[in-house]
Amino acid sequence: MSLELLRISASGSPAPGVRSVPAVTKLVDTTTCIGCKACEVACQEWNDLPPEPTTQTGTYQTLPDLTANFWNLITFNEHDDSGTLRWLMRKDQCMHCSEPGCLIACPAPGAIVQYANGIVDFQQDHCIGCGYCVTGCPFDVPKFNPRTRRVYKCTLCVDRVSVGLQPACVKACPTSCLQFGTKEAMLEIANRRVEQLKASGFARAAVYDPPGVGGTGVVTVLAFADQPELYGLPRDPTVPMAVSFWKGPLKWIGNLAMLGGLAVAAIHYVRFGRKEDPDQIPNPKDQIPNSTTRL
Amino acid sequence: MNQPLVRLTRREFLRTGTIGAATVSALGFDLTAAYAQVRELKIARTTETRSTCPYCSVSCGVIIHTLGDRSRNVRPAVVHVEGDPDHPINQGTLCPKGITLKQNIVNDRRLTKVKYRAPGSRVWEEKPWDWAIDRIARLVKDTRDRRLRIEDARGRALHALTAVGVIGGCTDTNEVNYLLVKAFRAGLGVVPIEQQARI
Repeated sequence: MSLELLRISASGSPAPGVRSVPAVTKLVDTTTCIGCKACEVACQEWNDLPPEPTTQTGTYQTLPDLTANFWNLITFNEHDDSGTLRWLMRKDQCMHCSEPGCLIACPAPGAIVQYANGIVDFQQDHCIGCGYCVTGCPFDVPKFNPRTRRVYKCTLCVDRVSVGLQPACVKACPTSCLQFGTKEAMLEIANRRVEQLKASGFARAAVYDPPGVGGTGVVTVLAFADQPELYGLPRDPTVPMAVSFWKGPLKWIGNLAMLGGLAVAAIHYVRFGRKEDPDQIPNPKDQIPNSTTRL
Repeated sequence: MNQPLVRLTRREFLRTGTIGAATVSALGFDLTAAYAQVRELKIARTTETRSTCPYCSVSCGVIIHTLGDRSRNVRPAVVHVEGDPDHPINQGTLCPKGITLKQNIVNDRRLTKVKYRAPGSRVWEEKPWDWAIDRIARLVKDTRDRRLRIEDARGRALHALTAVGVIGGCTDTNEVNYLLVKAFRAGLGVVPIEQQARI
């Protein structure tokens, strides 16, 4: 079973595909999420992930952050909306960016791949555990497991999607705040929902599909989209400057400098030969006449 | 000018060539085929069995996936449970409790034997099923013999037994509830019959 590939970390482009594969997208409508966490459990169950120990910290939120064994976390954010308490749920998980910072940062060939349908997936067989993807991700999603020394995150249930099923979390969601389909279909539903929200008094509602990472495979409807920070989302996520510079121009400048140096050294050697050190003690071998014929 | 630019010995030629080749390969000529393997779908060939979630009264439909294809030599084991998309109540969805059903079935701490705590006792003892069923039958029979009201104070027929109650579960279907009423209300005269099924 294999899906057509779009991008492979630290490798050349894969063979261009001819099949037109629609981009798949998960829609998260944060305004209809009731925080039931069925998606969290569905994720753990489908992916056979071991339970993560929890502690009571004064919130209903399962864990403070995603972990290597917990790929889907509903964050419970409290917001004081001029006297009205708003309980803002958000689905913290891999956003499956079109320009994935993790993949761009990854130095291990084939450890991170992007399928033609837009899913960004980690291949733990090829992962070297360097953690560059953790630095490269603008959403702080990939998590390092110190025991296996590999990095893990949401796969958008690529095993299910590749046979035409929906992700486990989407299937479980009892309020239909999670939906799954092509990007166009999801954006259509999301925009209709935003219109509905605006009509009912949420003037700042919008769809969160940040262009800084080329759009995401997980689009989110936010009631307070002018302040994504309220939900713990970055305002304008981009691939970190250090990563894009390191993997972009600096890589080519470095390669060029190295190749140039080698080329100059080679030309110098060819043109002028080996450097003679006048103070060197004469090698007895050099005393033997006709040394070139000794081989 | 027939003199070459430099005179290379064979040793020097091999050395330069090896270093050059190593440099080129280190700079990124990688011939290994890059490929990605999608995980196998763990329910690709499992046996699907329809059932009802036993927790609350909503009675969501579930599909229980078991290992193997029901061949004679295969012992099935539950590998996955998810919502039944054809079920009119939940249409494939499940709540966080319902979606843990696999752990309800595949669980070391699941009770699979009869446990009995005698009146006044502080310990649970293990008992055989036959013993438990006999005891329940005995107690029901004794209670009914003692407490069944054949008629009321004015002599009207009652056949009411209020000293025994029957509690059903949420997985009880229409047919099961029919049998409950038939066996206990029409048969034994039990008045308090309750269940939380909505199916």
